[in-house]
Amino acid sequence: MAALLLAVPAACFAQAAPLSSGAAAPGAGAAAAVAVPADRASTDEVSVRLLSDSGAVQPGQTVLLGLEQRIAPHWHTYWRNPGDSGQPTSISWRLPAGAQAGDILWPAPRRFDVGPITNYGYEDRTVLLTEVRLPESLKPGETVRLQAEATWLVCREECIPQQATLGLALRVASRATPSPDRQALSEARAGLPKPAPFQISAIASGRELIVTWPVQAGQASQQATENVLFLPQDWGRIQHAARPQLEQTQGQWQLRMPAGEQPVRAGQALEGLLLLNGQAYAVQAPVAGSAVPSAAGAVAPPATGTAAAADLNAPSLWAALGLALLGGLILNLMPCVFPVLAIKALSFLQGDAATHRRQGMAYAAGVLLAFAAMASLLLALRGAGASVGWGFQFHSPLFVLLLAWLMFVMGLSLAGVVQLGAGLMGIGQGMASRQGLMGSFFTGVLATVVATPCTAPFMGAAMAYALAQPPTELLLVFMALGTGLALPYLALAFWPALQRRMPRPGRWMEVLKQGLAFPMFGAAIWLVWVLAQQSGPQGVLLALSGMGLIALALWLRGVSRLATPKARWAGGLSAATAAAAALALLTMVPQEASTGSSPAAGQDFEPYSPERLAELRTLGKPVFVNLTASWCITCLVNERVALSTAEVKQAFRASGVTYLKGDWTRQDPRITELLGRHGRSGVPLYLYYPAGSGGDAQVLPQILTPGMVTAAVAGGAT
Amino acid sequence: MKPTSPSEPLLPGSRSQGPQHQPSDARRSLIIGAALVALVGGAHAQAQVDQPAPGFTATTADGKSLSLDSLRGKTVVLEWTNHDCPYVRKHYGSGNIPALQKDAVAKGVVWLQVISSAPGQQGFVDGPTAQKLNEQRGAAPSATLLDASGQIGKAYGAQTSPHIFIINPQGMLVYKGGIDSIATAKVEDIAKAEPYVKVALGELAAGKKVTQSSTRPYGCSIKYAS
Repeated sequence: MAALLLAVPAACFAQAAPLSSGAAAPGAGAAAAVAVPADRASTDEVSVRLLSDSGAVQPGQTVLLGLEQRIAPHWHTYWRNPGDSGQPTSISWRLPAGAQAGDILWPAPRRFDVGPITNYGYEDRTVLLTEVRLPESLKPGETVRLQAEATWLVCREECIPQQATLGLALRVASRATPSPDRQALSEARAGLPKPAPFQISAIASGRELIVTWPVQAGQASQQATENVLFLPQDWGRIQHAARPQLEQTQGQWQLRMPAGEQPVRAGQALEGLLLLNGQAYAVQAPVAGSAVPSAAGAVAPPATGTAAAADLNAPSLWAALGLALLGGLILNLMPCVFPVLAIKALSFLQGDAATHRRQGMAYAAGVLLAFAAMASLLLALRGAGASVGWGFQFHSPLFVLLLAWLMFVMGLSLAGVVQLGAGLMGIGQGMASRQGLMGSFFTGVLATVVATPCTAPFMGAAMAYALAQPPTELLLVFMALGTGLALPYLALAFWPALQRRMPRPGRWMEVLKQGLAFPMFGAAIWLVWVLAQQSGPQGVLLALSGMGLIALALWLRGVSRLATPKARWAGGLSAATAAAAALALLTMVPQEASTGSSPAAGQDFEPYSPERLAELRTLGKPVFVNLTASWCITCLVNERVALSTAEVKQAFRASGVTYLKGDWTRQDPRITELLGRHGRSGVPLYLYYPAGSGGDAQVLPQILTPGMVTAAVAGGAT
Repeated sequence: MKPTSPSEPLLPGSRSQGPQHQPSDARRSLIIGAALVALVGGAHAQAQVDQPAPGFTATTADGKSLSLDSLRGKTVVLEWTNHDCPYVRKHYGSGNIPALQKDAVAKGVVWLQVISSAPGQQGFVDGPTAQKLNEQRGAAPSATLLDASGQIGKAYGAQTSPHIFIINPQGMLVYKGGIDSIATAKVEDIAKAEPYVKVALGELAAGKKVTQSSTRPYGCSIKYAS
């Protein structure tokens, strides 16, 4: 025996030097001039032998070699992924110059469960195949030495690392000849896992890995869960010890496994074996991400582009920019922005084309600058370590109050009660065009500011992406959003053909303008309501007092404007005093309400808390989570038209769904965290956790209908 | 009422105040969130990184009682061990783990060996034997926990010896996995391996987040009572 190795008594196993003796390699032909290690070795637990499919080899041949392990009863060696413990067998080759060995071709292993530990490996006997390509430069008559250093771990209860150096000396001939072991090696090769004759796909959804394949004719009844396993090739893909769940749905088998410490993500490839009724199929499937891994995938509403994009973890920068542009465009139609723009658009009914273009540019500049300012602020906050999201400005009662006043003043202006523009700027006719430009610029700023409470579809994903990116990307996404917002107005400004489609100027304009004052008052009322929840009754008092003072100031200015210079001066002074008094009120705004917002009894929802959600999920109860804020118009609309309908309430009751509502009106890191976990940076977010403790949350679209909610609940119940 | 020109600014000078932001009072949300993830995760409630480490009270090799709660404020290392496991021998025989223990303890870290082998199984020892073994091997853990019932091991999802878990002073699990990156029983691989635990402790000492917080543990399976 040339080299052997050994079941090393534990004390010195690591330095196990091969025990050597100098026997000639058996069966290797008489030509072996150089000493070659023996082709076999054994320990108490494992006997190993190196096999070749060729007795004599020819130049350039690919020879099939096998490491045969005969394993003592109750002991096992390990597969390439050994499972929770253990170590795969490895072979390090020493070959003639120019020869190349491939990787081990692993046969399908068995699964061993010992208590909470699961392993994949081999019992009794196994052959690990390797293909070795020999160089063309070999000359007939030579002898090639193929030497393998094999290292393996063999375990029963206890584990023993072992190693052996095995060798073969093969004669080179002009024509290869089969060896007595060819049959055994061919059988081993025939038994290797094969690609499946059907499509196998994989879906990664947060905490689960799902492997799916079509139901084969006549096989349905044979497939028992016990016989079906997926063995991932890499560590961390699944929790090995957990029994996989097999379900049949819509002509597909779904094998669901809890994800492990290092789950595959969408876009990666999942490699491993599918063991199906004694057959082992090699799996190499691209992994799809899914927000809706529900077994009843077709019943549940498909995720919208927003939800899907958010769950793919990271849309590319281009995708994010595209989504942002689209989101910005849609923002124009949102109730908060539309009145502002409608008024602005009316200005195109007057003036010349050049002025229009300048106004368009000024407006776009205002929008972009405002977005840039917002992005910078976000960056600064992020730099300071604060967790922020879209709409974060509304977490400040002060901001809400100022916006309420702004809306109020705009309402007054539109209604014609006060005439702001020219007056405040105090400029003459000649400067009208400049004044128009300033106006356009600030309209852009204003549009941006009032747009913040609206989340347009497609915007969520882009925003979430941006917030996780370095400053340049974040800025780019914001700029794309701004461009989208500015685009319709710009188009109108630069495209006289569009302007011509607008109705003729006339008295209707004045009427429309005054009419649009009321949405502004509405917005102010809504903001005061938001403030009431943030700062309590005192906030409301301050807001309304401020409005009174502002109205007084504007009125004083108005009445004194056409009076004598002295009266005008006095009027201006009183107006300034009233305005200053209003501003002074700002310092008195309470930053926190005295928690007056506890839900009244009889409400059909409970306040969201991570603990409550975890508790319900542990019990396996279905849960619907609504993350909302008073200042989020989209949220309020969804609650009104979908979540508060009798239909949805009935569906919740029927399926025993607990409705949790998380109010993000004020900053709440626990809600920010849940949003972030689903790739969002702002509300709304609707999650449905179906019954049973394993499943992931299903993310519902940002624009809800009662049908979507009931379908989700019905789908999850199956 | 005097009609205003539509081209007039709606509100000149209406540059509203910069958005205000209340600094978030708690990044603690992460903690709660992570706990949530774990609970939702399903039946296999194992210790998860970035969530509170499972609490325990254990008997130590010197016969005392030790609870995890009493160690709040200190970094705690849990090292599952089995003196007869070749992988444990690799790291004790070479002096690797004893050196890590001494270094950590000197820096105020509490290093706890945990023995979860069931009676009659490989690695099961009584307190005096555990102490003697450490003496012989030059090992210097802060204490050795005797977990013959496997309760602590199962609560943490300990699978191999060695298997390392690190808990930060706030009681959060910040690392779980292997002692290093090369899963063999060969001593010569220690020098080539990426020393996960050493790096993690260094990062924690520097007040940083552990970059590789979950790695593949390797070694013998833990010989739990069946």
